[in-house]
Amino acid sequence: MSGARLEVIERNCKGCSICVEFCPKNVLEMDVFLVTVPRPEDCIKCMQCELLCPDFAIKVHDE
Amino acid sequence: MAYDYEKSIRPGKLPHIWCPGCGHGIVMKGLIRAMDTCELDRAKTSIVSGIGCASRLPGYLDACTLHTAHGRAAAFATGVKLADPEMTVIVCGGDGDGTAIGGNHFIHACRRNIDMTYVVMNNYIYGMTGGQFSPCTPTGAKASTTPYGNPDPIFDISKLAIGAGATFVARTTAAHPREIDKLIVQGIKHKGMAVIEVLDDCPTTYGRRNKFRSVVDMMKELKKNAVPAKAAAKMTAEQLQGKFLTGVLFQDTEKPEYCEMYQEVINKAQGA
Repeated sequence: MSGARLEVIERNCKGCSICVEFCPKNVLEMDVFLVTVPRPEDCIKCMQCELLCPDFAIKVHDE
Repeated sequence: MAYDYEKSIRPGKLPHIWCPGCGHGIVMKGLIRAMDTCELDRAKTSIVSGIGCASRLPGYLDACTLHTAHGRAAAFATGVKLADPEMTVIVCGGDGDGTAIGGNHFIHACRRNIDMTYVVMNNYIYGMTGGQFSPCTPTGAKASTTPYGNPDPIFDISKLAIGAGATFVARTTAAHPREIDKLIVQGIKHKGMAVIEVLDDCPTTYGRRNKFRSVVDMMKELKKNAVPAKAAAKMTAEQLQGKFLTGVLFQDTEKPEYCEMYQEVINKAQGA
């Protein structure tokens, strides 16, 4: 499924890696202390990353 | 699709002070979604807290907020509710704030069955002051003041609330974010004392002393040990060893609510 745009708000991200570990499709990756989105086309919009991010740092947008 | 949390947060307050991976942020998101679902007027919503990591929560929210003395959140909230029964009162606090220092206020707010929603964020420890053990630290767990393991048995906050007389008691964990807002919505809509216990993680002061390699391990542990109350009815005591029940644990709609009872006293005194 395509059509998702993942926005990482770098200012808020503390690098806890919860979103990376709980993503069922392995869309996200850690770049030392910051989340990156190397595979946005795999996103199924389950919203787990947005719901579980304690730092208000990741958002799943419809494209 | 992306949820607009920012409209409920005071401008310039993010990033918040909580440590990387702290579950309180997940609970705050759930609370914001619940407040939006209930369409609460922020001018008629009071969010009260005591002292502690979890009690920093109201400072971020754009509503009528009250940050009070340690453990006294329930007492202040009772005052707010009695002064203006139209207010929706939500109390946020941690396990130490709610059951140790504020234990008395907590049980008496439950006993009175006053219409408020108490969200207890139970992270098993006093996080802000450096990891001292709290009444919810599991037996045998290590804290900065119990380096050889905690000998004390724990307080089960939900059972304490039911025993003290709260009329809506539910439990969930930070690893079940959709359940957090679902239960808080039910708590807000319930007329009477609603206690929602959210088990969450403290990677900084609890996790690293208790062999959790990362915050993700703590979240997975919460997920693994949570058993929905309905499913638990079909399980044996052996299978439930070391697990905890989640979902709505107790609800009573019969017991009279305190503000209404107090209004009757006012009416009597005024000779109506």
